[in-house]
Formats: sequence, C-alpha cells, structure tokens
Amino acid sequence: MEPSTHHPEATTKHSTSALSNLETKPSPDAVLPAVRLRVGLFYTCLVDMMRPEIGFATVRLLEDAGCQVEVPVGQTCCGQPGFNAGELAITRDLALQWLQSFEMYDYVVVPSGSCAGMIRKHYPALFRHDPDLNIRIQRLSDRTWELSSFLVEVCGMQKPPGRFQGAITYHDACSGLRELGVQHQPRQLLQSMPGLELKEMQDSRACCGFGGTFAVKYGAISAAIADEKIAQIKQSGASCVVMGDLGCMLHLEGRLRRCGDQQTRVTHLAEVLAGDSQALASEPKLTRGED
Amino acid sequence: MQVQSMHFKARSGQKLADQRLQANLRKLSTKWVAGRAAAIAELDDFETTRDDAVQRRQRALANLDVWLERFEQEATRRGTVVLWAETPAEASKLVVSIAKRHQVRKVTKSKSMVSEEMALNRALEAAGIEPIETDLGEYILQINNNEPPSHIVAPVLHKDKDEVSDLFAKVHQKPRLTEVNQMTREAREVLRPHFLNSDMGVSGGNFLIAETGSVALFTNEGNEGMCTIVPRVHVAVTGIEKVLPTLEDLAMIARLLPRSATGQSISNYFSILTGTRATEEQDGPEHHYVILVDGGRSGLLGGDFESMLRCIRCGACMNHCPVYQKVGGHAYGWVYPGPMGSVLTPAYVGIEKTLDLPQAATLCGECHVVCPMKIPLPDLLRKLRERQFERGLRPLSERLGLAAWGFFVRRPSLYRFGTRAASQVLRWFAGAKPHLRHVPGAGAWTQHRDFTAPSGKPFSTQWAQRQTSNHPR
Repeated sequence: MEPSTHHPEATTKHSTSALSNLETKPSPDAVLPAVRLRVGLFYTCLVDMMRPEIGFATVRLLEDAGCQVEVPVGQTCCGQPGFNAGELAITRDLALQWLQSFEMYDYVVVPSGSCAGMIRKHYPALFRHDPDLNIRIQRLSDRTWELSSFLVEVCGMQKPPGRFQGAITYHDACSGLRELGVQHQPRQLLQSMPGLELKEMQDSRACCGFGGTFAVKYGAISAAIADEKIAQIKQSGASCVVMGDLGCMLHLEGRLRRCGDQQTRVTHLAEVLAGDSQALASEPKLTRGED
Repeated sequence: MQVQSMHFKARSGQKLADQRLQANLRKLSTKWVAGRAAAIAELDDFETTRDDAVQRRQRALANLDVWLERFEQEATRRGTVVLWAETPAEASKLVVSIAKRHQVRKVTKSKSMVSEEMALNRALEAAGIEPIETDLGEYILQINNNEPPSHIVAPVLHKDKDEVSDLFAKVHQKPRLTEVNQMTREAREVLRPHFLNSDMGVSGGNFLIAETGSVALFTNEGNEGMCTIVPRVHVAVTGIEKVLPTLEDLAMIARLLPRSATGQSISNYFSILTGTRATEEQDGPEHHYVILVDGGRSGLLGGDFESMLRCIRCGACMNHCPVYQKVGGHAYGWVYPGPMGSVLTPAYVGIEKTLDLPQAATLCGECHVVCPMKIPLPDLLRKLRERQFERGLRPLSERLGLAAWGFFVRRPSLYRFGTRAASQVLRWFAGAKPHLRHVPGAGAWTQHRDFTAPSGKPFSTQWAQRQTSNHPR
C-alpha cells in the first residue's frame, strides 16, 4: 500500500502565506489569484441523504481555500456497495456517470476517504480492458481528492475557518488512511485551531467495524468491533470523536446511543473545520425543514 | 479436516458470547500486534527487505515446476525420497504406507498445518498407528479430544492458562499446577518417553530449498529436532508452493517470517534438514521422505489468486484482523482462519461451502498493510465476492437489493426524487427524536445500533434551492 505521495498536479497554486493571513481579513480579491481552482464537489450519497450540513461545511472550506465550487447534478453514489458485493456492471456505470459529471473540473473533492479511495484506487482497474476509457478515468481519478488532503496538499491551507472549543479525538477511518495515506493532514488542520485540543486515542487506526454492508450482514461482529473502538474513544478523555467518513460515524453514533451514551458527539471533520461549535454542546440542533 | 465454514455465522455468534474466549483473544492486540511492530522497527530497511522477499517468492512461483524438479533431483541425490500427492487425502495415504513399510507403531509430530489439511492423525489412528503431537499447543489440543487449532502459529491461542491447568490435571491424573513453567515441565515429562521410543517423526516444512534439496523449519520449542532427527524415519509434508530456489532466498525471507509471526528477530530453533544420515554423521534419520502436496495449489497458478501462493504462514493478517480478533479461528471452520484463510479455504475446498468467508471482512486493509509478502488480501476477498455474485451464489434478497439500488443510482433525477421522498419519510417517522431504535425495513441495522434520522432535507435539494434563490430567473 503506497501512501499518497504529493500529486504531480498538486502544485500549490495559492501563496500559502497569503492564505494564512486570511484571519486579518484583507479583501479576498487582494490575496486570491485571478484564476480560481474549479472544484467539482462529489458530496456522496450518505452526506446527501443523512447529514447535508457536512456538504455545506465542505463547500465553506473549499471556498475559504479559494476554490470555485460547483455541484454537478448527475452524481449519485461512487458504487462501493456494488463493488464490494462483487457486482461490477453497476459499479462501471457509476464510474462512467462520475466521469461524465466531473471530467471538466480541475479537481474533484470528496468529503469521504472511503468514496475518494474507491475512485482513486479502484475505478481505473474497472476499465483495464478499455484503454481509451481507462486513461480518461485514470486522469480524473488522479485529480480526485479526499477533503482534508486536498485542503492541505493542494490548497496549502494553514488554518481552517471554523472555531471549536474543547477536546476531540480523531479516528482514522480505514480507506482514507490505508488507501490514500490520510493521516497527518486532518491532524495538522485540527491542531491549528486555537481552542481545540486533540487527545489521541489508542489504536486510532483500528477499524470501527462498519465495513459498508458488512455492518448489516454481520451485525453482531460489527457491533463487537465498534465496542472496542468506543472503549478507546472514551478512554481518550475527549467528549467528541471526529472522523472523515459518514458511514463510520453513523455506525459509531448508532452504537453509542444504543448502549445508552447520549453524550459523546460524533462529528465529521468538515463540520469541525468549518463550523462554530463546542465539544460539550448537547446534540447538534437538527434542522427539520419541510420539503 | 472436515470443512465447517458454512456454519460461520452461527459459530461466530457463539464465539462473541463466550466471555472467556473474548478475554483470551485480547492477547492479539496487546501482545502480538505490539510484538510485530517492535520487531519490524528493528529492521531499518523493512520495506526494501519486503520488496526483495516478494520478488524472490514470485520468481519461485513463476517457474514452480522447474524449482520443484530441481528440488526433487537435489533431495534424491542426498538420499531423500520425494513423493508427490495431488490431494491431502492422498498425502495421508502415503504417510500411512511409509509407516507400514517401516513397521512404525508410534509417530511423533511437529506442528504442521498441511497435516491438518490431510487429517493425518485420523488416518494414522485408523491404521493402528499412534500419533503424538509434540508442539505444546498441539499437544494440549490433542489431549482435549483432538480439538482443532484456532491459529496457524499459536494453535491454542483461544485457551487461557487455567483451562490448560484443568485439562492437564484431568488427563495427566496429577495435582493441578498453576505455573506455566511447571506445566511445561509436566508436558515434557509426558512427551520425553514418546520421543525416545518413536519410530517415525512427521514435520511440516516452512520452505524447501531447491539448490540443496533441503527442508527448512522455524520452531520455538525444540520438539522439532526430537521428531526429525531422533527417530529412524522422518517424513516432511508440505505444500508445493513452499519451494525457494536458493539458500539466499531463505536467508532473506528468514528476516521477515519470525518478525511478522511472533515478533522475534529469529525463532528459537531454525533447522535446515538435508538428506539422510551419512555414514560419518552422528545423527539424522535413516530414512527421509518429503511429500509434496498440491491440494488445490496448482489451480491458483497463473490466475487471479496466484499471489496467495506467496503466503509464508506467519499469521500476521489474522493477528491484525478486527474480525478474527472478535471471533477467533474456530469460527472460520477449517484449517486456515482469518484473511488468508478466507482466501485459501474457498480456493482449496470450494467456493460453495465457504460463502460467508470472503463476505465476513470489513475490508479495512490492515491485513494487506502487515503482510510480509504484500498479498493484496482485500482485493482477493473482493474477487471472491465477484465469483460468488457471477455464479449466482448470493441470496435472492441480496441480489434483488443490489438490482433495485442499481436501478436508482443509474438514474440521477429519479434518484434525487427518491432521496428527497425517503428523507422526508424518515424525518417524519423520527419526529423530534433523531435516534431511532426501530426503522421498518432496517432491522439488520437497528438490531445492534440506533438509526440516526436525516438531519435535514438532502444536500442536493437544499443546494438546488439555494442556487435558485441566489440566481432568480
């Protein structure tokens, strides 16, 4: 497994010192380069349906980093449920749908290590036997980034725009960590936030037991693995666990609540980096707008 | 060994409920994982060593026939009889006929997973020959009604000291001991006479060296020498994929095997056994046999699963596997558990009998990270899932679910409409409480955890509304 290396196209297009001065709030036009990166947001099916605020937090972060964010309407899901079930026909169609939707963008950014890993590590091989498509998919997948690594490695973000008071612990979700080398980037961003204290848990890289459809096919094993993770989270002393994948979040949060823990907050990295919140705040206010 | 992998789900449920087993399995993350990490850190060039070792294994596999024949020639030249077995059962028959030929009544055995594939003990017993397991772990299992091993390196990992104390007191008919070294001494006292009047020793073979016709063994208890050198006859049984062209290959891989397996820089004992005892030599067997077992291995050559043949049986994948750490080895139902077993078992005993194994993995990828042979285990598990799907072996409900999901995700407009509707229904159903204990149709999820209702209208809906209000037409 190769850790993600600095992407060839990932030259920092913004002056990092200019970005770090954003706090003093000079006029954005004065510091941002004339041409902004055009970023297509792949919001992921889970964020879309379950926690839309992660999508908006992602947009805020990308815009803060000077990107022009667009959200193509032709997107649905990256195809992992099919891919991991061995159903490749649907997965290939979804890869083509993604290509169609995002090929015109400088970058594709995904607020999930797992979906970004699917695209970067598995899409090209699905088209091994079609050289034309393979090369197009390869080029676009090379420009597809998990959010925190994009912010740090491509945008050179020094300090995220959000504010956070309190202690958190960070869980390294599997695909981002092992397929993309997402490890130091989220920590670097978190630790640059003044009121935030990062309390590392033991074995932060151990799987939480979600595993996509594994969580429903082998629910008892999945829950037992979650309980190990939850014990580590609690031992860390932080009242909030942060990670970059909503699947793992829903699984851990669901397990915490089922076991009677109504306190420990489970939060997406984007929400912390972009938001305005406190670790010990009770349940985040949920907006239940009418359609 | 009889295949029980079809009972994975039921067995894993029992294992999760077994508090004693759960406590015993904790050793994996505290002791084994940490041990390997420390031993790997000793090597300042782990990655390079690993790359080199992978290449050497791959080179051997690329011309497996050539190296096996070379091994046969060199071993034969040194007095070893090399025999070939297409199936594990055939290999068992060969061992029995060798035993009969040399009028063997008792066989002392060093630990061998291939002999588990062969169900060798049962075959020997059926022929009236007494097999004695002499690896401490295997001995414990044998005296506990031939219990199968639960780990390929530490066969008795699932038991704690107290269980062994009870077992020894019962079987040995002696006062119950509580200290590990006392218990070990007692086992030694039982085993010593067996070593001395054994007619034949059976061992596995970690590697075969083509250029010298040797069998290489990595062990920790010294029982191996008592099995391979003391008796008149020594039979080594091993898989055909274990051949290495040169001693240099062995030296390179020796840097990785004990480190990955037990966290040792080298195992306590390391033997290279070559041929029969020569006239001027003081020890070694009069008769030396090597049985090369195929047992499904040649079927992997040149295919999607060839990289699995690189496996050196260190067990690191299972030690680091979140699923193995929770259910232990017996749940997997055959000789090889954990990630490597979930690939090997379907390959060796049939995909139909092992439907759960490739599915019962979170695909977290840690097995691939720690594998000294860089076997892409998650990819191989996924490949097996593809085979299951292609052959229509998945349950109808799963196939229908996938088809329905596929119908929607390929139609973005319809999908957005469906998401909006589903989100609204779920939020209505949840009311003021975000965490639901029951959701119709999501029982598999809510059986073990709450379901968190959507926190608002779908992102796509809100974004579209925002775009319209920002840019009114």
